[in-house]
Amino acid sequence: METKEEIIEVESVVVKFSGDSGDGMQLTGMQFTDTAAFLGKDLSTFPEYPAEIRAPVGTVSGVSGFQVQFGSKEIFTAGDQYDVLVAMNAAALKVDLKNLKKGGIIITNTSGFDQKNLRLAEYPEGENPLDDDSLDNYTVYKMNVSGLTKDALAGMGLSNKEIERSKNMFVLGLLYWIFDQSPDFTIKFINEKFTGESVIAQANINALKAGWNYGDNTEIFNTRFKITASNLTPGTYRSITGNSAAAIALIAASEKSGLPLFLGSYPITPASDILHELSKYKECGVRTFQAEDEIAAICSAIGASYGGALSATTTSGPGMSLKAEALGLGLMLELPLVVINIQRGGPSTGLPTKTEQSDLLQAMFGRHGESPLPVIAAESPSDCFSAVYEAARIALEHMTPVIVLSDGYIANGSEPWRFPSEEDLKPIEVKFETEPNSENGVFLPYKRDEKLVRPRVIPGTKGLEHRIGGLEKQHETGDISYEAKNHELMVKMRAAKIEKIADYIPLQIVDTGKEKAKLLVLGWGSTYGTLKTAIGELLEEGADIAHIHIKYLNPFPKNLGDLLKNYEKVLIPEINNGQLIKIIRDKFLIPAVGFNKIQGLPFTTSEIKSKILELLKN
Amino acid sequence: MIETNNIPVAEKLTSKNFAPDQDVKWCPGCGDYSILKQTQTIFPDLGVKKEDFVFISGIGCSSRFTYYMDTYGMHSIHGRATAIASGLKASRPELSVWVVTGDGDALSIGGNHFIHILRKNFDINILLFNNQIYGLTKGQYSPTSEIGKITKSTPFGSVEQPFNPAELALGARGTFVARTLDRDTKHMQGILKQAYYHKGTSFVEIYQNCPVFNDAAFFLFSDKETKKDNAVFVEHGKPLIFGANDDKGIMLDGYKPKVVKLNENGVSVNDLWIHDEKDRIKANMIAGFQDDPEEHLPRPFGVFYAVDHPTYEDNMKEQINRIMGKKGKPSLNKILSGTKTWEIDR
Repeated sequence: METKEEIIEVESVVVKFSGDSGDGMQLTGMQFTDTAAFLGKDLSTFPEYPAEIRAPVGTVSGVSGFQVQFGSKEIFTAGDQYDVLVAMNAAALKVDLKNLKKGGIIITNTSGFDQKNLRLAEYPEGENPLDDDSLDNYTVYKMNVSGLTKDALAGMGLSNKEIERSKNMFVLGLLYWIFDQSPDFTIKFINEKFTGESVIAQANINALKAGWNYGDNTEIFNTRFKITASNLTPGTYRSITGNSAAAIALIAASEKSGLPLFLGSYPITPASDILHELSKYKECGVRTFQAEDEIAAICSAIGASYGGALSATTTSGPGMSLKAEALGLGLMLELPLVVINIQRGGPSTGLPTKTEQSDLLQAMFGRHGESPLPVIAAESPSDCFSAVYEAARIALEHMTPVIVLSDGYIANGSEPWRFPSEEDLKPIEVKFETEPNSENGVFLPYKRDEKLVRPRVIPGTKGLEHRIGGLEKQHETGDISYEAKNHELMVKMRAAKIEKIADYIPLQIVDTGKEKAKLLVLGWGSTYGTLKTAIGELLEEGADIAHIHIKYLNPFPKNLGDLLKNYEKVLIPEINNGQLIKIIRDKFLIPAVGFNKIQGLPFTTSEIKSKILELLKN
Repeated sequence: MIETNNIPVAEKLTSKNFAPDQDVKWCPGCGDYSILKQTQTIFPDLGVKKEDFVFISGIGCSSRFTYYMDTYGMHSIHGRATAIASGLKASRPELSVWVVTGDGDALSIGGNHFIHILRKNFDINILLFNNQIYGLTKGQYSPTSEIGKITKSTPFGSVEQPFNPAELALGARGTFVARTLDRDTKHMQGILKQAYYHKGTSFVEIYQNCPVFNDAAFFLFSDKETKKDNAVFVEHGKPLIFGANDDKGIMLDGYKPKVVKLNENGVSVNDLWIHDEKDRIKANMIAGFQDDPEEHLPRPFGVFYAVDHPTYEDNMKEQINRIMGKKGKPSLNKILSGTKTWEIDR
């Protein structure tokens, strides 16, 4: 067959799938992503969907999008602007056109641009972007996806509704052709998903193949992409989202510590997927408890921890506020507990499906009384595994609740993960006390070891019966004490115990760039990928900069203060109104400069680059 | 050798084994002393190893109970004892878990956890000390205080209607609902034992006198002169009889309970309401006796309702075992790798 299309070799490409909530864009995007990953590409994704389950069809508020950057080089972000935009209806084009590269490709479904759809998308009366010159700067491919899918599935005895549901597969098939990706992975997926529904499975496969053939046969497409060979670190990979990584980290910590896993949780966006995921692992003996509210969720976890389990609770900002009182109890009881906060836009219900880093100060200080707790932040989807695993290790070995901060961006985003094996994971040391720990056979529940950690005794241990509670404790005996000096001692003791954890965590490293430079970019959490990309690009251009990304936010690694002294300026970009910067200024007395974005969206690489360049100029 | 919960117990415990090493600090004359005493009295008979008892309490005078039992225990935060106990029981079903709470702790700040633990039916025993007042905060009205109650926070009288805890527990699908009172020690001991032996969430409301802020609230039901005419002690399979000379009974006239004189107008014991603790509708009627002021029905005590129903922890364990049996426990490496992997080689 004669092919006229031009094949463009690139290192990476950004594709945005955009359509109505009911168009199956998340599934389409995930399939495209999984295929790319399976074929050895590195990638990063950014799903975006409305807070409403079924926002009005065809409207701007109902647009659901899935962005993926994939390529042969290391990919750390989902990309600033897309090379290809798939717009299934007029509203999708309206919402997402602004981030399409000039000269980029638009693939549209013309049946989503009829009068009704144009009106719902609030285009002026009589205006259709597909018919006027407004898209002249782009390469636009117009096709009636609904009609083409209908033709492809004719005679299969399917209802119009069933046919309409398959149109995303047509688009996916076409995309596979454009990007020279095999559809086999998706065909396998369809067969597995629709076991026992062979007609539906066949319809989806037919639509997928029809899309591929449409690209191959029609000759209307004059561009195809070929991603150059990958240079990823050799190894075995899987695809992982942040929330799945968090879930299996808890299972891994349970296995490595030898303790049964208990999760007390209450559904909340964007954290619920951890509860869903763990609920599947009954065969591992995981006990998941969907509590009646956020408070019961953490309290049940405290109860299970008291009983000797590895205990966790998962939530997002508003739920975290509700858990604050019980966190105080957990801290006072000095029981291990992993608390995972998948941050979202706040305050209040805020932007439940959008990302934000605005709960750092809450994690650090958002409790009554003097109540320091360890705080660990995850920096990418796969890093949610190591953040949660470390939280579990610290909680169990240091007898304290530990807060993990993730956010909507990395919780729902996915990336290929060169997963560890069981043997690679740090051991977790757990000891249950079974004998009296002082003279005359007396047991002292608050007698501390060299880490300032008290012994863990679980109910059922003969001869060590004792009571614990939220009232202030006498040093060592744990008896109720209202004595003035003792309270001060205990407050300082609890703080020192948390500070001591710094002896048991890795030293801070400089992620990219030099040990000494004019400017340091200091980040935490999900901004990692964007900062790394931006700084990597500027370093190649010779900029005198470096990047440090803090994972252990409380306590900080012991050498952080010394590292910060090596830079003339420190820039702290955050997806909030300036939170880490307050802590850094307070702790190290340096004149750090903030850079803040509070739009429910991650930074783009170019935003970071221009801010750095601006600071380097002055 | 006594056997309960299939755990053989070799050593014989006495009530002294459960006495604490510290002073009990309730006000003199507080009804809590009696409840503590009865609990310590019956515990050695339950056949549970001392180290397997756990008390979880919230905040309030009643919740100090935990410190006064030499068992494992947690004095937690206001209203949350039931939630903490749920997690403990889910992960350690073999423990004998007891929640001690009060009318404010369980029904006001902890109302949500209270109704849900009953619905979920963990095998936990909840002792609610109802004194119809906030004691520890020094005398505000509680969710069980009567309309018009004068307290520090209601100097002109409460305008709220109170909860009837037994009704609430039945409405929340509790599987064991009982009431007893601090001054009837024998009755309380019996009820506490029945609560222990019931498999499922056992809810026991204990009328408890607060001599400081709400004295004599329940004396009508415990004083010698008034008790017999104002209280009826229900027992499964027995007729509802009360009165100074056991001369009164309760009959059902359609859906309406009526007080009748025995051996008058041809009424005999055979005509009386026979208590059936498995009957949910009648249990609700018993719980509601106090709502019919015209009929002057006596205040009921005893086990209103007790039915067998699978416990949460048994259901959870059964599900885990079934799925483990079917799928087999995967290795950690299998979980880490997931089902779809690919190789990048150079």
